[in-house]
Amino acid sequence: MNFGVAVFPGTWSDADFCHVIAEVVHQPVRYVWHRESDLRGLDCVILPGGFAYGDYLRAGAVAARSPLVRVLPEFVAEGGLVLGSCNGFQILCEAGLLPGVLMRNECLQYRCQTVHLRVESADTVFTRALREGQVLTMPISHGEGKYHADPRTLARLQNGKQIVFRYATAHGRLEPEANPNGSLDAIAGVVNEAGTVLGMMPHPERAAEMILGGADGLLIFHSLLGHLVEEGTFVQR
Amino acid sequence: MRIVERLGRRPTYAELGLFSALWSEHCAYKHSRVFLRRLPQAGPAVLQGPGENAGAIDIGDGWAVVFKIESHNHPSFIEPFQGAATGVGGILRDIFTMGARPIALLDSLRFGDLADPKTRRLIQGVVSGISWYGNCFGCPTVGGEIAFAPEYTGNPLVNVMCVGLVRVDGIFRARAEGLGNPVFYVGNKTGRDGIHGATMASAAFDERAEERRPTVQVGDPFTEKLLLEACLEAMASGAVVGIQDMGAAGLACCTSEMPARSDTGMEIDLARVPRRETGMSAYEILLSESQERMLLVAEEGREAEIRRIFAKWDLDAVQIGRVTAGPDLVVRLDGAEVARVPVDALSAAPVYERPTAAPPWLARQRAVDPLAFSEPADATEALEALLASPTIASKAWAFRQYDQQVGINTLVAPGSDAAVLRVKGTRRGLALATDGNARYVALDPRRGAAMAVAEAARNVSCAGGRPLGVTDCLNFGSPERPEILWQFAGAIEGIADACRALELPVVGGNVSFYNETSGQAILPTPVIGVVGVLDEAERYATQWFKGDGHRIALLGGTAVSLGGSEYLWIRHGVLGGELAPLDLELEGRVQAAARAAVQIGLVSACHDCAEGGLAVALAEGCISGPSPIGCTVTLAESRRADLALFGEGPSRIVVTVETERASAFEALMAEWSLPWCWIGQTGGARMIIEMGGRPLVNADLDRLRTAWRTGFERHVG
Repeated sequence: MNFGVAVFPGTWSDADFCHVIAEVVHQPVRYVWHRESDLRGLDCVILPGGFAYGDYLRAGAVAARSPLVRVLPEFVAEGGLVLGSCNGFQILCEAGLLPGVLMRNECLQYRCQTVHLRVESADTVFTRALREGQVLTMPISHGEGKYHADPRTLARLQNGKQIVFRYATAHGRLEPEANPNGSLDAIAGVVNEAGTVLGMMPHPERAAEMILGGADGLLIFHSLLGHLVEEGTFVQR
Repeated sequence: MRIVERLGRRPTYAELGLFSALWSEHCAYKHSRVFLRRLPQAGPAVLQGPGENAGAIDIGDGWAVVFKIESHNHPSFIEPFQGAATGVGGILRDIFTMGARPIALLDSLRFGDLADPKTRRLIQGVVSGISWYGNCFGCPTVGGEIAFAPEYTGNPLVNVMCVGLVRVDGIFRARAEGLGNPVFYVGNKTGRDGIHGATMASAAFDERAEERRPTVQVGDPFTEKLLLEACLEAMASGAVVGIQDMGAAGLACCTSEMPARSDTGMEIDLARVPRRETGMSAYEILLSESQERMLLVAEEGREAEIRRIFAKWDLDAVQIGRVTAGPDLVVRLDGAEVARVPVDALSAAPVYERPTAAPPWLARQRAVDPLAFSEPADATEALEALLASPTIASKAWAFRQYDQQVGINTLVAPGSDAAVLRVKGTRRGLALATDGNARYVALDPRRGAAMAVAEAARNVSCAGGRPLGVTDCLNFGSPERPEILWQFAGAIEGIADACRALELPVVGGNVSFYNETSGQAILPTPVIGVVGVLDEAERYATQWFKGDGHRIALLGGTAVSLGGSEYLWIRHGVLGGELAPLDLELEGRVQAAARAAVQIGLVSACHDCAEGGLAVALAEGCISGPSPIGCTVTLAESRRADLALFGEGPSRIVVTVETERASAFEALMAEWSLPWCWIGQTGGARMIIEMGGRPLVNADLDRLRTAWRTGFERHVG
């Protein structure tokens, strides 16, 4: 599976994603510069964490107008997959590729901590190696991760099974203390209607090797790779 | 006047500006230079010692660590958010000008009384400034410490250490070599911020300190991130000859220091300097401390490559001059020559040898007998109070505001004795720690400073790292006062003693004098940063207990004292007494034995005994991990319970050992002929310490944990 990892000025999780894709899941990967608009040959584009364009104006607002992000709707329409983590999730919301917005954390401070995520939908290409109700552990690191959407959008997300991850306790219960940023409905990750664009605030690439304390993030990559095996376009090395 | 003598004429206004900044204490180390020569700086693995932007040490496999600690105390007091943020920015640039990619930050902070609302505002400002700059730039904050004493109320300390990685053959230096080579200004545009920053940092404060806010620079971590990527890309292209960060004294500093190091000269035209304000004078352009700028000397003929790389990152790269044969720095503005000064005159600031004298108050302080105070009636309650002391209590409130993992190298995050990072592409790891107990140094500068080196190295050893090198940040009051300079001289001797004994070269650092407001100096505070290497990154240890039924051993010295202890301060509000003795030979052996035990996997936890003594070390073992685990410990009979529980002394390490490894552990300790003993075992829901058959401490873990978790946060949360 061919991965592209987006690099905006101010992106900093790009090298981490590349490391995991190349060295841990052993897939071909290249960087995609923010001024590029030719995504031919890529199966999945990653929008990594960081402060793209300094997050000036609003987090993700300038990046959402970059040449690279402008061609993403076409890429997705042609069957491409997009995974945005942290700043990448903010960019996807600003670009209108995902519904909702990410606001300043309720505590008004940056938060870097380990969180638990309850899998709410295993019906996407990003989560099909998971079980609904399964609890994943991975870090967050952001100042603006409080998910918000209007009531109609929220209802649509709920009915369409577009909510993929919720912040929960280690035992999978939804409790206010388990929600690190005050997100609406404890939402940590959502997909588009087609289930081909995932945005999540946590960092799967920081939980992809046991030496770093956990490898739950790998399950998302395993889901992606399993998807292509089924479609018959990819053979695992 | 020396300047007139040297130039043979009266200096121009711009020239006077050059001299005032470059001969300031901050840039020239006028008062400290004679002492700093005493520090051991050489070692087989040292690739770069003091004198460059940062030091560098070979860690094997073709990799080097580049590291340095620096202070940003004065700006942080005047404007805590920007002061701390630009402190982080400055040290990051020191690391990546050497060609290294920054992989870790550690912050050593000191504040005054937490009951004072102003202290709380300072802490909130400093922590959010560090968080803002480091997080946006994308370098993880993996360690550091925060301590409190009333002496820091008018003068908090913000010391930041940065560690970077570079290939051994990829180190760049701040040199202006090659006649005719183009000199490039790269990065942010120049404004009027930070003018006189270097001179501001070389003076004591009074009640009007806050009026100096315009001398504090304004940071932009986003531009710094672009500058990092552009500089590393330019260096990789082979077109860069030398490069230096425009830090204190800005362009003035770079254009004189770079040629001075290479016996060349430089000609620059200020009209070409990218500016964000109009009407700036030569004086202002030369001395501006606008952030995120570098001076770069490129190879002649490769100018276009440099411009292309910086344009890719949307940064200015403008040729402002050339390297000349020397000996002068020639500065022009709009066709007129505004300065012509020999570069060696600027770098040869006067060296002062001022008188030193022991502080008159010291004898009285040291004569305090801590044992004249009565023992605590309830040692459990005394332990709880110590865990709730802001210096000892958990600093999670600050650390959770810092990105700790970006770069995916962090194996041990803040909260243990030392941080541990892996070095990708090798089996190796790095262990990093900062430390410095100022109360010890106040009571005995020489022994106290040696203890700071010993403790920072011990922290690294407890994690399993072999200490390789030291960077020091020396924070003191005004050197024009003999008693302050006496403290400084003693501290240098102590650092030198410990570094020689532990075979640790000092490869760089920073001196910060004039840390006083309205005549009140801070406690003498040398902060020591140590970098160590683990041959096997995964074979590290952390400080917290891992399971029930592990045996607990205490390694090393038995000599402890309540002099200068946290207990004496918290319980009786007294800073006094004599320190425990420091045996550096024993210190080295204790660390080596602990390291060996960690690296062969014999211990399940390893923790240094520091502030609060053995009782606090054990309590931290019980409560600082993911889930609390109790312990039962029996101590040898001692005349005083408070001394046995809370007495502080160097060379002491607590380890836990699984039962089936106990005999192998005993054999290893015998090999090192180390003084040590079994003192108890882990398990249960309580922490129990007995002495001679009577219970001293019998504590509920939840209560201890609450005290420790809330002791600091309740003031700032």
